[in-house]
Amino acid sequence: MSASGETAGAPVAAAARGATSDGITTRGLIVIIALYLVVAVAAPLLAMFEQSLRTYAFQLQDVEVQFQLPDGTWGEAHTLAHWQERLGTPLNDGLRPSERTRLQVSKLISKADRKDVELFRLRDMSEDKGMLLFDGTISTDDAWREVERSSLGKVLVRPISHVTLDNYLFYFETPSLRGSILNSLIVSLITMFIVVPLAFGFAYAITRSCMPAKGLFKTVAMVPILVPSLLPGIGLVYLFGNQGPLNTLLMGESIYGPIGIVIASVFFTFPHAFLIILVALSISDARLYEASIALRATRWRTFWTVTVPGARYGLISSAFVVFTLVITDFGVPKVIGGGYNVLALDIYKQVIGQQNFQMGAVVSMILLVPALVAFAVDRRVRRRQVALLSARAVPYAPTRNLRFDTTMLAYCALVSFFIVGILAMCQLAALFKFWPYDLSFSLKNYDFDRMDGGGWDSYGNSLRMAFYVAVIGTVIVFVGAFVVEKTRVFAGGRWLLQLLAMMPMAVPGMVLGLSYIFFFNHPENPLGFLYGTMAILVICTIAHFYTVAHLTATTSLKQMDREFESVSASLKQSVWKVFGRVTMPVCQPAILDIAIYMFVNAMTTVSAVVFLYRPQTTLAAVAVLNMDDAGDIAPAAAMGMMIFYTNVAARLLHAGAGRILGRRSQAWRQRG
Amino acid sequence: MSIHTYLKSLTAGVLGAAVAGLMATTAFAQTELTVYTAVEAEDLDKYAERFNEAHPDITINWVRDSTGIITAKLLAEKDNPQADVVWGLAATSLLLMKSEGMLEPYAPAGLDRLNDKFRDAAEPPYWTGMDAWVAAICVNTVEAENNGLPMPSSWEDLTDPVYQGHVAMPNPNSSGTGFLDVSSWLQLFGEDGGWDYMDRLHDNIAFYTHSGSKPCKDAARGEVPIGVSFAFRGAKSKADGAPLEIIIPTEGIGWDMEATAIVAGTDNLEAAQTLVDWSISEDANRMYNEGYAVIGITELAQPVEHFPEGITDAMIDNDFEWAAQNRERILAEWQSRYDEKSEPEG
Repeated sequence: MSASGETAGAPVAAAARGATSDGITTRGLIVIIALYLVVAVAAPLLAMFEQSLRTYAFQLQDVEVQFQLPDGTWGEAHTLAHWQERLGTPLNDGLRPSERTRLQVSKLISKADRKDVELFRLRDMSEDKGMLLFDGTISTDDAWREVERSSLGKVLVRPISHVTLDNYLFYFETPSLRGSILNSLIVSLITMFIVVPLAFGFAYAITRSCMPAKGLFKTVAMVPILVPSLLPGIGLVYLFGNQGPLNTLLMGESIYGPIGIVIASVFFTFPHAFLIILVALSISDARLYEASIALRATRWRTFWTVTVPGARYGLISSAFVVFTLVITDFGVPKVIGGGYNVLALDIYKQVIGQQNFQMGAVVSMILLVPALVAFAVDRRVRRRQVALLSARAVPYAPTRNLRFDTTMLAYCALVSFFIVGILAMCQLAALFKFWPYDLSFSLKNYDFDRMDGGGWDSYGNSLRMAFYVAVIGTVIVFVGAFVVEKTRVFAGGRWLLQLLAMMPMAVPGMVLGLSYIFFFNHPENPLGFLYGTMAILVICTIAHFYTVAHLTATTSLKQMDREFESVSASLKQSVWKVFGRVTMPVCQPAILDIAIYMFVNAMTTVSAVVFLYRPQTTLAAVAVLNMDDAGDIAPAAAMGMMIFYTNVAARLLHAGAGRILGRRSQAWRQRG
Repeated sequence: MSIHTYLKSLTAGVLGAAVAGLMATTAFAQTELTVYTAVEAEDLDKYAERFNEAHPDITINWVRDSTGIITAKLLAEKDNPQADVVWGLAATSLLLMKSEGMLEPYAPAGLDRLNDKFRDAAEPPYWTGMDAWVAAICVNTVEAENNGLPMPSSWEDLTDPVYQGHVAMPNPNSSGTGFLDVSSWLQLFGEDGGWDYMDRLHDNIAFYTHSGSKPCKDAARGEVPIGVSFAFRGAKSKADGAPLEIIIPTEGIGWDMEATAIVAGTDNLEAAQTLVDWSISEDANRMYNEGYAVIGITELAQPVEHFPEGITDAMIDNDFEWAAQNRERILAEWQSRYDEKSEPEG
């Protein structure tokens, strides 16, 4: 089929002349979208890598000091390194200097050595200057500057930056930092081993049983996607915290720590695993089951010889997706991790808590490794999964079996109860006046303007942001996918675009957000004006969720015959006329799916934007984080539920729009 | 060559138009001030409203976070400051900023009425104080009884094994209250004694929090029976109906001052000065007094409801300069000792 475009050589050649403007437009679009992905993903990551190599060190040998002798002449000049050596105590108390470390010159020269000296003078001999701070002003040349004894305490030395691997060495030498790698792996693996079987059971029940209310269960299974990952943590605090009704179930263990992280992670990764496995189970070939029955295999044997092998790629893929989601998430450990350090939380703590950007960059680079590996494996595996679906496969139709259907129903009800229970607890807690001492209902917790996090404005900001992301993101993604899939010019550009479009998937939100600080906040960056605006949040969020949307669009475009383009080319029609008249209407369900995917994720995202919001652009999900941080966990739950209801409303709107538009543009599907 | 230089040439053209478009839409009659603060979030509206009663032409855009974070943010933005004014930040933090040359000296109108402790020593001062913010212990009486805990009366009491797992305190690396606690223990018990005290206290700590008000809010809802926090927060939660007892430990309490300063290089110097003038006015001091017992203009101070007695006497002779200069070392030491609480071996 791919060759069909070249079948009619003459018309294509003829069309080529008429379509030169198409060529220019297409090339222009490829350049613009590729540039967007470079600016929004590739360049920031490079800037971050650069920062992870930046270390700070004092160069005391480059600062000279002279004492004024009693006769008014100046004594011999010595470097600060000389005085420091003479002092004999470790520099900076033996601590590693950071960007903001300062040393008082008076602390480097012993009091005995500078006894009776009334006037000092210092100069900065370093190559780039800027090592000395005289009462707040930075040295810019190597001229001597005189300082009286009483002001010597106000002269500070600051460290100079270098490019080295020291940050990485320091990371691996520090047990509290290094330990996070193991912690992250442990919780991610445990969650993976719990979620995959759990989701498999659920998907199995949906595809292989005749239990009632399948639609309801499918809907419930998708619910965790609609809330920020902070919310399950808050729900667990209410359920299992020291005042929680289920606290005794923990048998003395604390919910703050790995137990809480795993339970909350199971909650928020469940739908992702479920969706992948559901697809894998749905495409199994009924003919294999018929064969199995014909061979008189038991149900159990059929399960292990047909069902599981058929879904194996889905299982592997979902395992890697869950692993990546947990290891890169910071919402859950932030709320319920207690003192249990994990990689994503370390980035947050280094950057927000200590403003140690270099170490944040180092942890980010380390977090990229497991994320990249998981991404690569998942890509390989998924390709094979799709290959399993042959054109002659017959869809499997389950038969009734009372005992089996009842068991499956009970199982699904249990899992759904877990999902709904956590959300219900959050909603309930948000409505209590003063949990657990005053259980009368009140809307006081919705008075967000009296809490940290930006108040109701942050909710409004989130709505706007999600709307922009949905509209602009869908346009960019769909046009990008179209030029990659359906145009012929500029093969190199299309290849590059395809490559760039795959990148965001492998980059954790935390890492992306942090890299924006380094890139956009750099004084030399002409794009710096974007910093602190709504635009940067939109740019970042679209980039963060680009890959999945891009894949949705390309999959949908691949289903369309290339003949449309070649026919229109021979009719000397513009590519863009086909795009508007045929491609868009045909792909309209996919376009709506991309828009809702973008919207929902923009409403719940925290990890990337937590470094980028500003007072005028606070966001609802970040407000949940900040309110929880300040101890206002009931209002945090209230805001989290606001996000949930908004996403439910958006979903309903999406379903409604799909039905109305579908009737108009999808009529052709019915005929086929 | 860095990637920034590449991009500069690559995007300059496209951007010219975009920038021009954006600029054209912004024109304000109002002066807007970006004010960084660590004042409790629920008070911000009140502060802005009262200020606007006197000066309706100046709009305040708040940036609020815990003390440690706001301080770190200000220092990180040193080369490209975003704030015009800092209103309500620990004096120790402002001392740090002063040494970096980040503050604009200014003698606000009515400076002579301010208690000498509540201003920077320089002439004109780089910062002026608002109110004192004192450490305290919040004890949830219901949970204390449920767990059979005696009422503590001193810092030393908190190290009693009976409180194991029942105490929360703020992490000094992110919370100003946390740093105030740690630096006051080091001053009260001496360097060695202070660390020895914290070693023993650490055994009883259930968790360290990010913000200084959280331990008290957690105590208020019974998540932990005892929270090391500050008196103002305790009084507020008590007023909200929480079963709290606010304890002023007998050894004395650490304190810091909330203070105000102008960020050097502000484009709105006049408005910033107007705000700082107001921040030490009588009206402002009466407003601070609604929540804080110790304020800048001493003779205006009225007793505050739910505040325990004897706060002023319990305040230690705090050495701000020492605290500011040794901050980095203290924080690093604290982190290496206690921040690995749940670390696995190796």
